[in-house]
Amino acid sequence: MSDVSSNTMDALPAEFADLLSSEFRGQRRIVVPADRLIEVLKTLKEKLGYDLLADLTCVDYLTYRDAQHRFGLVYNLANTETNQRLIVRCFLDDPEPTVPSAVPLWAGANWLEREVWDLFGIRFAGHPDLRRVLLPEGFASHPLRKDYPLQGRGERHNLPVITRAEG
Amino acid sequence: MPLSPLSPSAELAADRTQPYLWTMNFGPQHPAMHTTLRLVLTLDGETVIDAVPDIGYLHSGFEKLAEHLDYNQYVAVTDRMNYVSPLANNVAWHCAVEKLLGIETPRRCQYIRVIVAELSRITDHLLALGAMGLDTGAFTHFIYAYSAREDLYDIFEAICGARLTTSYTRVGGLKLDLSPTALQMIRDFLRRFPRTLEDMARLLHQNRIFVDRTRGIGVLSKEDAINLSCSGPVARASGVTRDLRRDEPYLAYGDFDFDVCCDRRGDCFARYLVRMDEMRESVKIVQQAIENLPAGPVNLGDQARSILPQKTAVYTTIEGLITHFELVMSNRGIKVPCEEVYAATEAPNGELGFYLVGDGGPRAYRARCRPPSFIHFAAFPHLIRGHTVSDVVAVLGSLNIIAAELDR
Repeated sequence: MSDVSSNTMDALPAEFADLLSSEFRGQRRIVVPADRLIEVLKTLKEKLGYDLLADLTCVDYLTYRDAQHRFGLVYNLANTETNQRLIVRCFLDDPEPTVPSAVPLWAGANWLEREVWDLFGIRFAGHPDLRRVLLPEGFASHPLRKDYPLQGRGERHNLPVITRAEG
Repeated sequence: MPLSPLSPSAELAADRTQPYLWTMNFGPQHPAMHTTLRLVLTLDGETVIDAVPDIGYLHSGFEKLAEHLDYNQYVAVTDRMNYVSPLANNVAWHCAVEKLLGIETPRRCQYIRVIVAELSRITDHLLALGAMGLDTGAFTHFIYAYSAREDLYDIFEAICGARLTTSYTRVGGLKLDLSPTALQMIRDFLRRFPRTLEDMARLLHQNRIFVDRTRGIGVLSKEDAINLSCSGPVARASGVTRDLRRDEPYLAYGDFDFDVCCDRRGDCFARYLVRMDEMRESVKIVQQAIENLPAGPVNLGDQARSILPQKTAVYTTIEGLITHFELVMSNRGIKVPCEEVYAATEAPNGELGFYLVGDGGPRAYRARCRPPSFIHFAAFPHLIRGHTVSDVVAVLGSLNIIAAELDR
């Protein structure tokens, strides 16, 4: 695989000099505290041209070695003019992990945030329609958390059975 | 089943109380839905006021499975994601794993991966366009598309022994090298296919019914395409000139001469045209790759500790046997760095990326798949508002939603 990185690396702007940043295989990541998240995303979008939210996901670090936080959100931004990428991380902890929603910045964040809520149980404050997207309404847990087992008796056995006569 | 509570968008909540608005349930079992998707449409006469997609019927926890299967096993699951172009998913998955490991595959492997990825782009676009024509009343077009697609599936069978569940890639290489038979079949196909494309274009480009049903329908502006995170042909039809093959060249795409196909109009017809043009470009890329196919091995040698050895080496040498078991035993396996990486490829439907978290063990700690269909389907209500019920299938067809990838 050829090295993708040459065009994705650039000096981090001065506004973010205080943020923790790292790089791996040519990908720049910055870590943003939850209370500054929207401000930073807004600056990145409006001033620095990272206009595309390519992806939004989450990682549960419950069993990860030396992890200091439970959840890590991943905002995968891209600049459609210069093709640079930037990954913005935001770490959260139990109980009630909540971050402000990015829907006012990107309409595309709507379903991505719903998916993270569905599978990880992270609340996005200010989201217009924070319902489950993949799993049925009334599903009790968030299955991509590390404390949710792969196999075993689970929610499916507790779902109400509707007979043909009732349906 | 009773309807689950679906909340409409806020500004339409007031409208919904008006007695003349109808609610229509579309899917999940409907011939025009291709797979199990469901839409709850709010109608004013025939005009769609709002659409609320309801997905998850095919959710099977692929991302959870990825945390329990090793890097070579999971490729079998990626076949089932976008089952219309499984080879493109195989390539995307192992590009991500190799980026995490920091290894570079041999040139021949990269070229073969490009060939199979481009051929599967053709199968995907043929299905998308064939089905789009079918849904808008052009049955003959569908038969032309499927006939060509059948040839491609025969080629895939010759390449890797399976038509659908290909599982062709491995960490650091491929399951098999391209055989001379497969190469000849690809050459024959490339000779015949441009004519099929011409026939397909002649059937639809100026077909009054098709053009009337797609032009000006489901318009997505450039700003909205970026704002809604669209990628691939959907974004390019709206004037976003972003193609990861050119912009972030992975594999051997830097070696080939091809055009990025774009349009400005952003309607269903533009998406149809972009897909048609992309197939022509794919033919160009495959031609160049076949004629310049480098010699040499397809797999990294045994010196890289994370590569499965050839089966002959496993059966005949002790080193091969040891390496094999070191890699496949559940408490051994590939050693990856404790790091995180995002690798994206330009799949037929758009940006197909994997965000991989390695924890040093043989299995991914987290493997997020960025599915293009999921993001495009989220844009569907925006595209359909104000159009009629009959346009629903045209817009759905032009987005090419694949439910297995949508729900994973």
